[in-house]
Formats: sequence, C-alpha cells, structure tokens
Amino acid sequence: MTFAYRRARALADDLAAGRATSEAIVAAALDRIARHDAALHACLAVADRERALEEARRQDRLRAEGGAPSRLAGIPILIKDNMVTRAFPTTCGSRILEGYRAPYDAAVVERLAAAGLVLLGKTNMDEFAMGSSTENSAFGPTRNPWDLERVPGGSSGGSAAAVAAGLVPLALGSDTGGSVRQPASLCGVVGLKPSYGRVSRYGLVAFASSLDQISPFARSVEDVALLLEIIAGRDARDATSREEPVPRYADALAAAANGHGLRGVRIGIPREYFVEGLDPEVEAAVRRALDVARAAGATVRDVSLPNLPYGIATYYLIATAEASSNLARYDGVKYGLRVGAESGLRGMYHATRREGFGAEVKRRILLGTFALSSGYYEAYYGRAQAVRERIRRDFARAFEEVDLVLGPTAPTPAFRIGEKTADPLTMYLSDIYTLPANLAELPGISIPAGASRAGLPIGVQILARPFDEPRLLAASHALEARLEAADARPPRFPGDA
Amino acid sequence: MVGAPRYEAVIGLEVHAQLLTKTKIFCACPTRFGAGANTQVCPVCLGLPGSLPVLNEHAVALAIRAALALNLTVEPRSIFARKNYFYPDLPKGYQISQYAEPLARNGWMEIGDRGAGASVGPASGATAGAPRRIRIHRLHLEEDAGKSFHPEGGGDESLIDLNRCGVPLIEIVTEPDLRTPRGAGEYVERLKEILEFTEVCDGNMEEGSLRCDVNVSVRPAGATALGVKTEIKNLNSIKGVVAGLEAEIARQTRVLAGGGAVVQETLLWDARREVAVPMRSKEEAHDYRYFPEPDLPPLVVTPAEIERARRSLPELPAARRARLVAAFGLTPYDAGVLTATRALADYYEAAVAAYDPAKGAAAAKRVANWVQGEVLRLLKDGNRDIGAFRVAPSGIADLLRLLDAGEVSNLAAKGVLAEMDAKGICARAAMEAGGHRQISDEGVLREAVRRVIAENPDPVAQVRAGKEKTFAFLVGQVMKATRGTANPALATKILREGIGKS
Repeated sequence: MTFAYRRARALADDLAAGRATSEAIVAAALDRIARHDAALHACLAVADRERALEEARRQDRLRAEGGAPSRLAGIPILIKDNMVTRAFPTTCGSRILEGYRAPYDAAVVERLAAAGLVLLGKTNMDEFAMGSSTENSAFGPTRNPWDLERVPGGSSGGSAAAVAAGLVPLALGSDTGGSVRQPASLCGVVGLKPSYGRVSRYGLVAFASSLDQISPFARSVEDVALLLEIIAGRDARDATSREEPVPRYADALAAAANGHGLRGVRIGIPREYFVEGLDPEVEAAVRRALDVARAAGATVRDVSLPNLPYGIATYYLIATAEASSNLARYDGVKYGLRVGAESGLRGMYHATRREGFGAEVKRRILLGTFALSSGYYEAYYGRAQAVRERIRRDFARAFEEVDLVLGPTAPTPAFRIGEKTADPLTMYLSDIYTLPANLAELPGISIPAGASRAGLPIGVQILARPFDEPRLLAASHALEARLEAADARPPRFPGDA
Repeated sequence: MVGAPRYEAVIGLEVHAQLLTKTKIFCACPTRFGAGANTQVCPVCLGLPGSLPVLNEHAVALAIRAALALNLTVEPRSIFARKNYFYPDLPKGYQISQYAEPLARNGWMEIGDRGAGASVGPASGATAGAPRRIRIHRLHLEEDAGKSFHPEGGGDESLIDLNRCGVPLIEIVTEPDLRTPRGAGEYVERLKEILEFTEVCDGNMEEGSLRCDVNVSVRPAGATALGVKTEIKNLNSIKGVVAGLEAEIARQTRVLAGGGAVVQETLLWDARREVAVPMRSKEEAHDYRYFPEPDLPPLVVTPAEIERARRSLPELPAARRARLVAAFGLTPYDAGVLTATRALADYYEAAVAAYDPAKGAAAAKRVANWVQGEVLRLLKDGNRDIGAFRVAPSGIADLLRLLDAGEVSNLAAKGVLAEMDAKGICARAAMEAGGHRQISDEGVLREAVRRVIAENPDPVAQVRAGKEKTFAFLVGQVMKATRGTANPALATKILREGIGKS
C-alpha cells in the first residue's frame, strides 16, 4: 500500500479499519521526505526516524486498546518553523535564530500531540514570515513541486510544497497577509486561514500580532476542517483568542457533499478585484468557479469594497510597525546569534542585527520603525488603522448582502525563482487579494480551481464573515467536488516513488 | 537660593509603585523580592519568541483601588501600549505600558493637612498653612523591567537579573502643582501612606517598591510661563526627593541668575554622592514609538468593578486623622504620628477600645501618649514595625488599668511594657515577674528612706538648708533603691518626714 497523496481522512479511515498502521504511514512519509526533500527543500528539520516511529507505534497501541485520542491520531504532520517546539530548533528561517531551541511547546503543538498526530519536522519559510515566495529563507528557497524553477509562494512555502508533493497529508502554516492561502494556490493544495482569534497564537513567533493566524494546509477541504477542529479554540495564554465554541467542522461537510453547500448561498464578487495585474488565466479560473457555483444553486452578485485599493498600503504599514517592535527582542543578549560582543553594547546590537537579519526583514523593520516615529505616527500608522477600520466596515456591509466573497487567491500562478526578488513592490502585489481578510479578521480559504496552460495550479479564494467557518467550509467542499481540480499530483513526484 | 527669592520652582512628580500582587502582571511568576537572579522567570516575562502576555486581574483591581483613593476617574476602556527601546534588561525590546488611553485620569491629593513633624520636617513654603490640593494628571498600569549590574572590576561585562521583569507597577503622574522640595517630599510621603493604607503597595522605597522621578523647572517669581525643565530619575527615598530637588533648583537658579539658559535633559540621582549626573540630552531623547499593544485587548472596566473597588477602600489616612482629631481630641500632630501606617492606626484604635469601650477623649489621649511614646520607642530601638510588636492592643489597656489601680508606678510601667514585649507575656505576669509591683507598704518605704538619708548626708544637709531642688534628687534615690516600684506620693511623704525629723 502506498500512502503518498492519500488524504488525511482516507488515512484515518484506514487506521480506524485496521487496514494500515501509523508506523507504516509514518515510515513511508519519512522515506518520501528523505527521497524528495533534497529537490524541494521544504523542511528545515526532520524528526529522528526512531523517535517518530516510536510515537507512531504508541499511537497504534492506543488505537488497538480503543483509546485513539482523535480521528487523526497516528497521522504525520509538518509545521512551519515559526511555531516553537522543544523537540526541534525554531529558526523562523532566520540566521538570527539559527539553532535556537525553545524551552516550551506552542499551544498548537500541544494540541496536535494531544490529538495523537505525529510531528515529523519543521518547514521552510520566508524569514520571520516576511515574503511571498519562501526565497527570503536564510537557509535557501523552497521549490514548487510543479516546476522546480518556480517558487511555491510564501511565506509558508515549505508546508505548501510538502503537502503538494505528497510528503505529508497535513501541515500547518501561518497566515499574516496570505502566507497560507497564496502558497496553497501556487502549489495546488487547500489552505485555510481561520478567523482572527480562532487558533491560539501562543508559541507562534510573532510577525504582525494583530494579523497572524495559524492555518492548516491539506489536500482537501474536509482535511483542513478536521485539522482545524483540533487546533481551534480558546486558550487562556492568548488574550486575543476567542471564546466562540468550536463546531464539529467536518460534520458540516457531510450535508454539503451532495451539493447543499452551495444551494441558495449568496456569493459576492467584488468589482475592485478585477484590476491590472490579474493574470487572464487566473481570471478565467475565477469565472469558471463562479459558473460552477451558480450551477450548483448559488446566486452570484457584484459587491463593492471601495477601500480595497488601499489594502496593500494599509497592510504594509500595520504589519511592518508591529514587526519592528516584535523583532526588537533579537538583540544578541539572551539567545540566538550574538556578533560583536567585544565592541560594546551598541556595537553588539548593530552587528548582531546586521548579520542576523536578511534584506527583506531589515526593509520591513526600517519601514515599520519609520511609520511609528514621532511626527509620522498619525500620518502613517494612525491613518493605516483608520483605513483598516474602513476595510472592515466595507466587508461588514458586503456581508449584509452576501454570505461569501469569491475571487482570485493570487494574481498569477507561481512565478520563477528570482523573478521578483529585485522588486519588493511587485512581490508585495502577490498578496493583494489575500491581505484584506487579515485586516478584517475574516476566515478565508484557497482551493484548487484548475491549472494554467503551462500546467501550474491556480486557486480561488473564498472569504466569509468572522467565525462563519462552517459555511465557508461547506461551500468550499461543494465547490471543490464540482471543480475537480483538487488533489492533483505534480508529475515530478509520482505517488509510488 | 541666594538672596531674595527671585525665582520659584515648578515641580511635577512621576511615582512608580509596585502593586502587592503575588504574581506578575502578564504571567504567573512570583513577584517575591530578593530571590536568586533569574529564578522567577518564564517564557512570558523573558519575552521568549512566541510568548504572549495575559493580564493579571488582581493587578487591575489594585490599580483601580489606588485610582479611587487618589480621586481619579477610572476610564471604562483603556489601552495597553508598547513603549519601544533597546536595553539589555528589557527582554522584549519594549515595555508594555499605557500611553494615550490610561486607566485613570484627573485626580487630586491633599498635602499639608497635618501639623509639623513629618519626616520631611516642618512645613514650609507652599505647604505651610492650609491643606493644598495637588492635582494628579493620570494613573496607568505597566510592567517593570529587569535589573542590570555592572560589577566593579568586571571590565565591560554586565550582569542581568530578569526577576523583576513583568512585576506590576502603577505610574502616578502629578500636574506641575508643587513648588518646593519639601512639598514634593510631603506629597511622596502622603502618597506612600495612601498606597500602604489601601494595601496597593508596601511602600518599601529601599527595595524599590516605590520610586520617584521628578520634573523641575525654575522661573522668575510671579512668571506664568514655565521654564525649561529637567528630569531627575532614580530618587528612591523621600530624603532623596528633597535633596535632589534642592540641588537641582539651586543649579538651575544659578544658571538663570548668571544669564544662562537651562538645557532640557535627563539626570540620574546618585544618592551616595548626592549629585545629579546628566544621563541624556533632549537630542538624545528616546523616541519610544508608542503604539497600541496588539497582544492585549482593550482593558474594559465595568461600573460593577469600580463599585467593588470602592467598597474595598479602607478609611484613608486623611479622613482617619480628621476623625481622630474630632472624636478623640488629639492634636493634628499626634493624629499624624498615629496614622503613619494603617497597622499602627488600627493598633491604636484597638487599644483605645480595649481600655475604654466608650472611647472617651481622656482615655484616647492616655492611650495615644503610650503608643506614641513607649510603644514607638521600643519599635524604633528594635528597628521593627507594629506588626512585630508582641504586646496586643488589649495588653496596653491591661497595663493602663494596673497604673490606674496604683499597682504599678508610671516609671515601672515602662519596664513592664518592655518585658511584655520581650517575653510575650501579659501585663500582670510581667509586673510580678519583674518585681515591678508598686510598693505602698510604709514599713518597706521607711527602711528605704532611712538608707537613702544615711548614704546621702550632703544632699540631706542641702535640703535642710532650704535647697528644695535637691529634694527631688533624694526622691529619685528612693525610687532607684526600690527599682522604680515605690509609690511616689507615699515615698515623698515619708522622705519629707525623715529629713524633717533628724
């Protein structure tokens, strides 16, 4: 039996029916990582084989005794290297944290462990989650499984590539402005950013605290729903996590399977989405998805989000301002890289941060520091907060008329490695469709909707009201079934090798 | 100041007070003082990557209580903010504080409501005479930073203790309403007293539970515009506040009188050398880049919480002093001494009630004399506070009753009290055990008088020659011979008879 590309739900059924063991699944995943990761560079750390197998056997024993801790118990998973773990270093893709080992586990790591998932390692990312291509990793870029000369998107490119190439069925990323949805789109997998406050950020190394949200990747909508069920919920250690009860997300999908997920659902398509820079093939995929949704009983109408054009400027002021503060702690004093200690305190600060941070991180720290500076605060950070509120209200108004908003996830399919690194502004445009959901704290999902003529995946994004994940997942599940674009396998990584 | 007071000072204070919580403001680490370096820390107060703050509700309750005691208006919604700066003892690179929207605003406190004799000395200048309101601009919550040590002989090596990181503080900022160093000292003393009374802060300035920064400028007397101010940090005693301000006002006055201009700067007070050392100029001033703390939701305080805090407020020192003056007929000075701490005031009032359930003015005065005199003297000798005094308030009442019954003399009673405290025994036991019972037995006293007369022929001769002053000396000798236990009236009578007879 080969397990590559098998969905988490299918593996869970295999395990429940005794057709497979966690030990075999985990062993196969480790083999596949060992065979393919040299080409992909999706992983920054991989579990010790014996330790991982020991945990898999433990899960097999628990299941045999009738005590499997969750439906996904025994299934392997990878997580982005910005969630702290005692078992692995946590580098955030940065030289400044190279070799850093946290003394505690992130809340999601605890939840995954409690649910019996087997953590196989940490995935590559843009340094401190700043980027849209995973090229900003201090440890080298991750490659897109569909074309190794292209980027997987970012910043959670390692997690997206790992799921796309069938290394693991599930992975976690973090989404601050699209860092899960955009790579999901570019790699042809499903990525769900939950509502802000849905998943505890305790142990997620902060990039922009008011925007960051831990987010699952999988090969199907149902799988992300199952994984969200495990990681969602209030955590007393994160004051921004919310009390809203966690529904059985996957249960909502059962009804959706036969088409109910779209019947009578009102879908809005923002006029502001169709702007210069939107690739015609991507636009065509979105139009097709709308047609499919209409055919399945949804109504589609135009909506307006008039402040959307200010989204990028707003985002890059708020995110960089918060980042400039969040990254101040990397100073060579307590942990991580220390350079120039002999040159006095200021010398050490300067040398450590100069050598420890990459160009994009420095650019954003500078921008954010400036945005918060005395005399500029009101014009930049203050105004950005005001526009953020307007964008939030634009969505609230739109959601009075429609249940969901649909559009492109990314303006283009995967671009070539190096294509945009010299031009940060062009790179920032990669997130034009995704970052409004972070600003407005909405849940959003990217599901595969087809491929370009060159064979590159194209995703569509669906957004919903805060904490309306059940409706979002049900509609996405129904649309996924009709688009028949999910679960595609990049030819370079066949399932039986 | 030199010559006529041609200049006046304008002073504002920022006081940081550590809240009496068991745990830190954003994590569950203990706040205990004096533990081994870096032992009271966790990922949150160390600011480790990924950690997040969670607000300690007890700290909020204490801050609200302080705000109410200082007549501030508690805001229904306030915002935590990050104050960004780099320093090795600030592990996150920012301090979580409150900035544009603090917990409470617009309060006041009265100074000068008690007579002279406070530890800052007699009232003077602006504090003389009628009580005076010092307006309080704001009160906000924040976390403390760690502590850096630069060991002597350690070269350029520094050590950092992060135990204090995340210890909850309130910062209380006055309007520039103070005019004299003594007034500023009294403000701090009154504030300390209120925070202690309300059990918000232990007021221990030596351990840094209460710390002061002052802003001071000098201007020609009568001017309305403010002069250029300087800030002095690290004034960690009331004496330091007064001394630091005196030195700085003198310096600024000299600069202005010499035709110069004061430069806006921050100074650091060196308590050992009693000098303010320049720390940084205006040009070097930090831009703290304050912005709302995204990890904490707005702090919402409900009317019910404010009401709960209001009910938890004890009678405040000023009100208590006023009551002691009105109800017990104490002088403002005595009332001030007896309300120096809430525990002392409680002790005093309990002793009054135990001695005289009707709490008459005479009884209150009598108890006041004993508590202010002997009790405080014993405490001062042992460098203790009232909590460590082993005589219960009812013990004071018992002792006074023995005095009233003539069983013990006034002089001997002091010894009895000392033994009650030293041995933790009741008044009667201390009196009996120490042989302090008053001697009214004429036979015993006659023998003592006979011996004193025999041993002091010269003084006796002087008394007989009409030198009455020496009689008192002889009475003292009789008291000494009986170790203070002689009934003074009876002893005097027998001594008079004895001298007259021979």
